[in-house]
Amino acid sequence: MTNSPAILVSGLTKHFGKVRALDGLDLTVRTGEVHGFLGPNGSGKTTTLRILLGLLRAGSGHAELLGGQPWRDAVALHRRLAYVPGDVVLWPTLSGGEAIDLLGRLRGGIDRQRKAALLERFDLDPTKKGRAYSKGNRQKVALIAALASDVELLLLDEPTSGLDPLMEAAFREVIAEERRAGRTVLLSSHMLSEVEALCDQVTIIRDGRTVETGTLAGLRHLTRTTISAELDRLPDGLPGLDGVHGLTVNGCHVRFQIDGEHLQVVLRLLTDSGVRALTCQPATLEELFLRHYQVAA
Amino acid sequence: MTGTLTMVWLALRRDRLLLPVWVVVVAGVITVSAAAIADLYPQAGQRIALGVTIGSAPALQALTGPVFDATSVGGLTAWRATTMSAALAALMSMVVVTRHTRAEEETGRAELVGACRVGRYAMSTAAVLVATGANVLIALLITLGLAGQGLPVAGALAFGAAVGGTGWVFTGVALLAAQLTTHARTTNALAAAALGLAFLLRALGDAAKVEALAWLSPLGWAQRVRAFAGERWWVLALFVVTGLVLVAAAALLARRRDLGAGLMPARPGRPDAAAYLASPLALAWRLQRGGLLGWAISFVVVGLLFGALAYSVGDIVGDNPQLAAILEQVGGAGALTDTFLAAELSLLGLVAGGYAVQATLRLQGEESALRAEPVLATAVLRWRWILSHLGMALGGSALIITAGGLAAGLAHGLRIGEPARQAMRLLGAALVQVPATWTLAGIAMLLFGLLPRLTALAWAALVAFALLGQLGELLQLDDRVRNLSPFAHVPQALSQPSDVGPLLWLGALTAALLSAGTVAFQRRDLREG
Repeated sequence: MTNSPAILVSGLTKHFGKVRALDGLDLTVRTGEVHGFLGPNGSGKTTTLRILLGLLRAGSGHAELLGGQPWRDAVALHRRLAYVPGDVVLWPTLSGGEAIDLLGRLRGGIDRQRKAALLERFDLDPTKKGRAYSKGNRQKVALIAALASDVELLLLDEPTSGLDPLMEAAFREVIAEERRAGRTVLLSSHMLSEVEALCDQVTIIRDGRTVETGTLAGLRHLTRTTISAELDRLPDGLPGLDGVHGLTVNGCHVRFQIDGEHLQVVLRLLTDSGVRALTCQPATLEELFLRHYQVAA
Repeated sequence: MTGTLTMVWLALRRDRLLLPVWVVVVAGVITVSAAAIADLYPQAGQRIALGVTIGSAPALQALTGPVFDATSVGGLTAWRATTMSAALAALMSMVVVTRHTRAEEETGRAELVGACRVGRYAMSTAAVLVATGANVLIALLITLGLAGQGLPVAGALAFGAAVGGTGWVFTGVALLAAQLTTHARTTNALAAAALGLAFLLRALGDAAKVEALAWLSPLGWAQRVRAFAGERWWVLALFVVTGLVLVAAAALLARRRDLGAGLMPARPGRPDAAAYLASPLALAWRLQRGGLLGWAISFVVVGLLFGALAYSVGDIVGDNPQLAAILEQVGGAGALTDTFLAAELSLLGLVAGGYAVQATLRLQGEESALRAEPVLATAVLRWRWILSHLGMALGGSALIITAGGLAAGLAHGLRIGEPARQAMRLLGAALVQVPATWTLAGIAMLLFGLLPRLTALAWAALVAFALLGQLGELLQLDDRVRNLSPFAHVPQALSQPSDVGPLLWLGALTAALLSAGTVAFQRRDLREG
């Protein structure tokens, strides 16, 4: 394994007719990390993945995958990666087991023992025909097909959107094992708890552009902390202070969000006002997410 | 039934192009045929001579049915065009009904609609209403088109009603088939098999003069309405009643099943794939083998039937000394038999073009159903994926033509006592059709690569070639127009030593179309849905 990133995308654009799907997207996924890929519906996550797979041609910008070019080296790269589409459609006349074997063999081989173990873990009946599976079970078929192959990189497009909580837990376990085994994972997701639990790095995109990227800890630093305090008296100037948002006052109880860089000033103001009780909540990914999404809306 | 009207509007909106084209083509073919017959045989004497010729040739009757009144232009038009237009109306009804019932359930769109304020049967009712409306429109247009040319109004009305009535019966057939199967593809195959059976029963009944057989077939009824030949109006009641019974049966079945389910239960599959299922070609074979088997069986049956009938074409000569004299000049009764066989093989080649288009466009079906994406995301080169379904199209069409040609040769050979020789002779004459058949796969491939939204044009090309072949002579079209069809260039292998020139350049043309389509696909984005 080299130190060069598994995925390196910069300034990527893509137009569909007049619609601009990607507008200068940047994404770097280092080898061996689990990278969360977040964004509202229609923000360009799937388009990015399809460009990385060489199914779509990039507009302008640069996209590199496992040291190769997605469009030109598609087949050589596909031997080293596995993909789970967001919308899994199976062949109606093929059983799930047949689809798993077929996709695995087309990728270059399938580990039979691993397939059996995964079928057990995800509790999937492989004899049903494609048409008879529910959305969650179709996703399991695609997941097992991807995980049963020995590959370096997993590209997963909202792989758990149809799974029940039990199966989601199984999925998290498996991804944690994949990480320990040194595989790189790009996980596009809407399940924030899942991203928080699994991902080392996160990239948030909106309207085809990267708005945040970094470690979860690093991103939290940039974000607001929620403060709830019981004070002796209401401090002067709190409402107009820089970085204070969503202030509610109830008697001597205050509650507000504060941008990370203004934390110090506000805390000094609070202690000067006699703090009787104080709770601080770090930003959840959800708040981080909502902040970017609401700007979009 | 709540929401039926909305569903009708939805269906009309989705079919706003497809439906008018069907209606105009079906009605137009008849109107044009009548005009051409009036033009070609202006005098009653000529028409009667033609009628006598047809009447004494079982093979011709098998193709188009009996002539009830050869003295009038209307009578001859009814003979010439009834089977073709009634079969087209039946096809249209099947396509429309399947598209708005089983296909909707299969994609899950029916679920979306079914959860709204829409009655359980609204979707099926709407599909039946739309198909019925289209058939009524066809009947009216035929009546207007024929009466407008000065033919008797009663006959025109009977003709229109017979064609529309056949469409109505197959509306019921398709609705019933949609209850039995879970896939739209199987629904269409089942309904098409019913249409094929109807054609066979009628062909056998007319050729062997067994009236009872022909009366088992809606296509037989369409002729026995006797438009322009002393109309038998009561036959129309057969269409109405049969259609009603079929629709009622479908409704009964529909009450007993869940949304999305069929009555034929889905069997569990294998937990592991067979060892061969490891390449795109193996997948294409797995997906298409059932369809190919159906096509091959149909070709063998049709080949056997027409092969067995071919010899009787020569019987005409015995009854008609004038014709015998003419025939002596062109090579005797044997030549007439050969002409008939050649026409039949040419028809097989054309119909095999339908298979070639269908198998090639499976590529598009896979792409728009998002099933191409997971395959192309594995280590499969795009051209290898293309080649898989294309291989089925090219290999499969050659295979069914071979089967049809061998069957026809064998049946004909058995009747004249030289089965092996005739089987080889007709196989050869069948195989020369293959390059022309393959051009249709080429056209479909080029469209798929270059203009994936317009792949339906491949079907339009097939219909255009069929019309050029079937009506080109009747309409006395210019040779330059008729030569647009690749089938116009197929050598007459039965009557003269084959000229390989056209086969080579048709093959080269096909190769060019296929390559251009493949290159275009390799350069374009994969489409989402």
